[in-house]
Amino acid sequence: MFSSIFTSEAFAEAWTIIKTQFPLALWETFYVTVLATAFAIIIGLPLGVLLVVGEKGGIKPMPKALMAVINFIINILRSVPFLILMILVFPLTRVIIGTTVGTVASIVPLVIAAFPFVARLVESCLREVNPNLIEMAQSTGATPFQIICKVMIPESVPSLISNFTVAITTILGYSAMSGIIGGGGLGKIAINYGYYRYKYLVMFLAVILLIILVQIFQSVGTKLAIKTDKRLKNQTVKKRS
Amino acid sequence: MAVFSGRYFFMIEIQNLSKTFKTADGDLEALKHIDLSIADGDIFGIIGMSGAGKSTLVRCINMLERPTEGTVCVDGVDLGQLSQKELRAQRRDITMIFQAFNLLMQRTCLKNVMFPLELLGMNRTEAKKKALELLEIVGLQDKAKAYPAQLSGGQQQRVAIARALTTNPKVLLCDEATSALDPNTTNSILELIKDINKRLGITVVVITHQMSVVESICKHVAILDMGEVVEQGTVEEVFSHPKSTAAKNLVFPEGEEGSFVVGNEGEHFIRVVYNGAYAAGKPMIARLAIEKGIEANISYASTKGISGKAFGTILLSISGDENTVKEAIAYLTTEPGIEAEEVEVNVQ
Repeated sequence: MFSSIFTSEAFAEAWTIIKTQFPLALWETFYVTVLATAFAIIIGLPLGVLLVVGEKGGIKPMPKALMAVINFIINILRSVPFLILMILVFPLTRVIIGTTVGTVASIVPLVIAAFPFVARLVESCLREVNPNLIEMAQSTGATPFQIICKVMIPESVPSLISNFTVAITTILGYSAMSGIIGGGGLGKIAINYGYYRYKYLVMFLAVILLIILVQIFQSVGTKLAIKTDKRLKNQTVKKRS
Repeated sequence: MAVFSGRYFFMIEIQNLSKTFKTADGDLEALKHIDLSIADGDIFGIIGMSGAGKSTLVRCINMLERPTEGTVCVDGVDLGQLSQKELRAQRRDITMIFQAFNLLMQRTCLKNVMFPLELLGMNRTEAKKKALELLEIVGLQDKAKAYPAQLSGGQQQRVAIARALTTNPKVLLCDEATSALDPNTTNSILELIKDINKRLGITVVVITHQMSVVESICKHVAILDMGEVVEQGTVEEVFSHPKSTAAKNLVFPEGEEGSFVVGNEGEHFIRVVYNGAYAAGKPMIARLAIEKGIEANISYASTKGISGKAFGTILLSISGDENTVKEAIAYLTTEPGIEAEEVEVNVQ
């Protein structure tokens, strides 16, 4: 079935599509991913904090029922396949954006799918914070809010950055899927031209671009995580040499 | 309660303090009816083996652990009666340093020292000035911009001490503060704590399992065993005459005096107790041989120098009759601060 890929007509055709479609698609994929990740963090970060501080024995225990409900909702959202979730949130998307199709509309299901994931990532990061530091802050007279803002979050910045990097690459993958509901981007091109119209060369190129995007996000994230990690002793050594 | 010049003479008063933890295996009594009074300006040691309840006790002094029973008063304020908010304010007066230093690893040393002031909402320039002053007191002004990971353990503990002093506390709690440090660093940190106690008049509570720490800086000591205070008093008193088994185990970690000494037929044993004698310069045993012609064999000895005086026990074995023994005892006891008596030892 791939025999027609490498003919010169196929190349010429693919080149036209790339020239006309790819710049916009790349931009759409980029901004959808970044915006969806940003919103997912805005909702997921406080939720992740709540999961840690609100539990029994946490620094600000919350009613058991509330914690159970939050955990339940997160687990449900985490278990629905993204393809199904996209369709299930149509009513919500219509309320927020006014329409259910299009690139902007695809941000809503992405955020809904990603924030519970981000909340769990934040939760695991904050659990890694040395409990002795929290005890130190308490013995210094810090309020629970001060402990969250001045100890728990700042101390886990490097691991939060690594985990947000995981989140952004996952969301990038999801955003490609949103081509199905009319979301723009590289995913749409791969599906529309490559899958529906058998232009496999275009499909491959779209996938390669997605891979490059993931690589860029990942290496920037990793560099940032290392740079912000002040626990690494060799930092001064590096500077001196 | 004795009141001196308007200030409570006892900075910390613990009365009938008990703490019980509920565990899966039933209740665990970590502390049982503790009574302790710690004078203002004192350096008070609380010593005990691991699991004796030391850490729980020190956490009851700043209410990180709520006591199950009993009261803790610091500078006349009953901490058990305070609301969370009042308690947080009170904790600025009762600061703490830890075994693991507990510095914020993502902050520079300066920012670590500024942390308690930041919690108070103090203006940045003012806080920075104060923090730099304190870093100078602990001798680390040049490390202000360094991160804790770039410092040695001793330096990290100095930063932690500077941080503990920013709020001008009345009490400094040291929870195994030198247990993670090597002997030299331990000494320098202890010197620093001693100096702070002297210069700023802060009452210091030292929690440790190391005898040497108590000996070198504490004035008073309490021995904690299985959640109970089994002995307390001045360091000299407790360490020269340990009464309880726990105290004896700490003072003589190699086993109770003479318990392993086995005598021969016809041998007599004399226990010589050094109770603060300035004996270091006087070779008592040699003099005994030269002046009295009594040859004594040292079967067991454990002595310590505490602030220039000798404390401890020597077990001498002497071959001879009753008179020789009496003569030896009479000679030894002429020296002030030395007690001697004949003791029975298991005969082979």
